[in-house]
Amino acid sequence: MRALASLIAGVVFGLGLVISGLANPAKVLNFLDVAGTWDPSLAFVMAAAVAITWLGYRLVLAQPKPAYDTTFHLPAPTAIDRRLVAGAAMFGVGWGLAGYCPGPAITALALFNPSTLVFVAAMLLGMWLGPMVAAKVPRLTAAG
Amino acid sequence: MDPTTFTPVSSLIGGALIGVAAVLMMATTGRVAGVSGIVSRLLPPYQDGEAPSRTAFVAGLLLAPMLYTVGSGSAIAHTVSSNLPLLALAGLLVGAGAVLGSGCSSGHGVCGIARRSPRSIASTLMFMATAFLTVFVMRHLVGA
Repeated sequence: MRALASLIAGVVFGLGLVISGLANPAKVLNFLDVAGTWDPSLAFVMAAAVAITWLGYRLVLAQPKPAYDTTFHLPAPTAIDRRLVAGAAMFGVGWGLAGYCPGPAITALALFNPSTLVFVAAMLLGMWLGPMVAAKVPRLTAAG
Repeated sequence: MDPTTFTPVSSLIGGALIGVAAVLMMATTGRVAGVSGIVSRLLPPYQDGEAPSRTAFVAGLLLAPMLYTVGSGSAIAHTVSSNLPLLALAGLLVGAGAVLGSGCSSGHGVCGIARRSPRSIASTLMFMATAFLTVFVMRHLVGA
């Protein structure tokens, strides 16, 4: 049941990415290009997604537990440390170069474009290498 | 760059679907729908028994474009750069940045902001800032 629920969530999430236009890098890059061919559509995606999630979480997290687990697994860390900020900065540069972030890139793999395949392969490599490289940079791993 | 059509209605609908998917994940598995977290934890080493539901979520993302095309009968607008070295660099940055920064546009930008997590708000502000800056540099200074 957990896997089925996750499959359905994945399909709905992917449909949301496709319908909203977020799975199209050209639309993402135009959203980010305020000084040029600006397309504000993505602000509407974000607003609707956050509003629905905020509302839904209020209802769901008021329950004692989720349907198919014994407890909720909410991210525990609260500190805004160098690692978080540096990671987000890197992420934004990559997002701005390609117009892809992880969800849309995975979803767009199904459109069979070689560019998407290259991006996703590099992204997986980055996910694998990132923590190893960071472990060698004490300034990043030190708390605070 | 080529302009894209401003699509407030479909972007609101798509964004709402992303929100519904995030709420469904929390209601069933008790976890945030963060794509980079789900995908990066599918790489070894496996730390918990969540691999089946993570695989199912990713399968759902991949199924979505096909379901959309079959259901709507219309093609998916999708334009991505054909500069493969640039996409590889972008993928590395997105993958490493998302893992170091503990999340991406979905985990921080949607689920985290909906939980009003200070870490997620900081992350989203940071990656938005570097993404806007990157597009400005690439399109208006470098002219790529």
